[in-house]
Amino acid sequence: MSDLLDLSLSEASAGLRDKEFTALELTEAYLAAMDKTKALNGYITETPDQARAMAAASDKRLSAGTAGALEGIPLGVKDLFCTEGVLTTAASHILDGFKPQYESTVSSKLWSAGAVLLGKTNLDEFAMGSSNTTSYYGPVRNPWQDKTDPDKALVPGGSSGGSAAVVAARSALASVGTDTGGSIRQPAALTGTVGIRPTYGRCSRWGIVAFASSLDQAGCFSRTVRDGSIMLGAMAGHDPKDSTSANIAVPDFQAALDKGVKGLRIGIPKEYRLKSLADEIDDLWQRGIDWLRAAGAEIVDITLPHTKYALPTYYIIAPAEASSNLARYDGVRYGLRSDGKTLDEMYANTRYDGFGDEVQRRVLIGTYVLSAGYYDAYYLKAQKVRTRIAEDFRNAWSQCDVILTPATPSAAFGVNDKQDDPIQMYLNDVFTVTVNLAGLPGISIPSGLDPKGLPLGLQLIGRPFDEETLLQAGQALEDAAGFTAVAGLRA
Amino acid sequence: MAIDTKTVARVAHLARIALPEDRQESLASELDAIVAWVEQLSEVDTDNVQPMSSVVEMTALWREDKVTDGGYPEKVVANAPDPVGDFFAVPKVVE
Repeated sequence: MSDLLDLSLSEASAGLRDKEFTALELTEAYLAAMDKTKALNGYITETPDQARAMAAASDKRLSAGTAGALEGIPLGVKDLFCTEGVLTTAASHILDGFKPQYESTVSSKLWSAGAVLLGKTNLDEFAMGSSNTTSYYGPVRNPWQDKTDPDKALVPGGSSGGSAAVVAARSALASVGTDTGGSIRQPAALTGTVGIRPTYGRCSRWGIVAFASSLDQAGCFSRTVRDGSIMLGAMAGHDPKDSTSANIAVPDFQAALDKGVKGLRIGIPKEYRLKSLADEIDDLWQRGIDWLRAAGAEIVDITLPHTKYALPTYYIIAPAEASSNLARYDGVRYGLRSDGKTLDEMYANTRYDGFGDEVQRRVLIGTYVLSAGYYDAYYLKAQKVRTRIAEDFRNAWSQCDVILTPATPSAAFGVNDKQDDPIQMYLNDVFTVTVNLAGLPGISIPSGLDPKGLPLGLQLIGRPFDEETLLQAGQALEDAAGFTAVAGLRA
Repeated sequence: MAIDTKTVARVAHLARIALPEDRQESLASELDAIVAWVEQLSEVDTDNVQPMSSVVEMTALWREDKVTDGGYPEKVVANAPDPVGDFFAVPKVVE
């Protein structure tokens, strides 16, 4: 069945409609692929019975001519989305046994469009991390290998590491993730997949386990830009249950793809040219610039002067919001409960036993910066710097339509590297985090290989709610890059 | 050092995390390094800058003030670690 696994989402959709194979056959091929790639640890929970039942229902709708946009397409869903009756863990011990009684808006939209749930994908605990090594359920292995050291387990990036790895390993046709500081675009770059984080408010956050509510946004992983635009079209839209979801029409994203980039102005921010930038990243960026210029785009130098303050701003705002959001895990309403003689002791014991080290670190930082006497100095200051970062982008949009940058400062690293120093780990998101602070859409596109044979990605950033231009430029970049390499440990 | 073990203990109490004493020292130095790193924000001129309150421009929607959901207590307590009937149960708080 490996030929079925080779199909892109749009090709598989065409095959299903033309009755070349059934949804059940496609799902069986992916369930077999999941078995074959189990060692990567991409899934926390597999749902084969549900997948078969959903695929059989898809076959009926395909026969009846009532197929949806994702009819019969087998997907992985980050285990941060609440799925009715299916274990939802956020990769945390503290949510032991939690089976939501409701379905997140984004996942219910996917099922309405006919998609099939293969399972819940692994992630960093509460989406806090850039390597998928903070999961209570163990790290995910990247299906890509360093050709000079193929046995060394590499990270898929994070926090949506499982969602990225299963697409790269072909144990899901596409997947859903969330992006708070780069958690879709960074793992996409490290696994040679396309990762889309839409504008804040484009997709409903209802039913997604909250990390940092002003930064979180759902998005997707796919093999191609076209597949991503199909996924995004199914996920997006206003939801009365999320007051921050935008009440604006969802355009036909696919219609934008074939417009090309002739006359489009591509901004190149000089502040992203870090002194410490690795040569292969710098070279890749230059190739991206040359490709888009050759395709008819106009290249414009721009400035985003507050870029260097984005990560420190993020590491005040995100932990502050997380410490508030995670207050609900107290052993009373769901998940783990540890014993305690008093109510307070029960809370504190549960939260010590249930949260991992990185989550505790961030809850403590967040509590500290919000505590009496420090609020103005840290949190309020960070919210003001955030305003300035957003202004940088607003100013840039008068000169350009889309911005091109590297997606990550390096290719995938070892599962056991970079663990000692939290700040070193935080620097993985240096190119992605500005987008979250300014609420913009971004996409990471596989654009080349480093000398070790590992994938590298380029990032495009768009204006708020202008995913169409972003995808249009993304398609041109994908066409020019012609990335055809595949992961060694794929099914 | 802005964050010492005393501060860690105080913040851990505020966050209701029963941090053992032998974790306080290492966390104090980690948190101190993070706080020292974010201090660089003081370089940024933010006089007359409004703190961001909403990341995208949107008008808050109004809806009629009426109950639109609920009436299923068994679902609400379905995941509770120790429910009693339709109630959450916790260690006794009143003697």
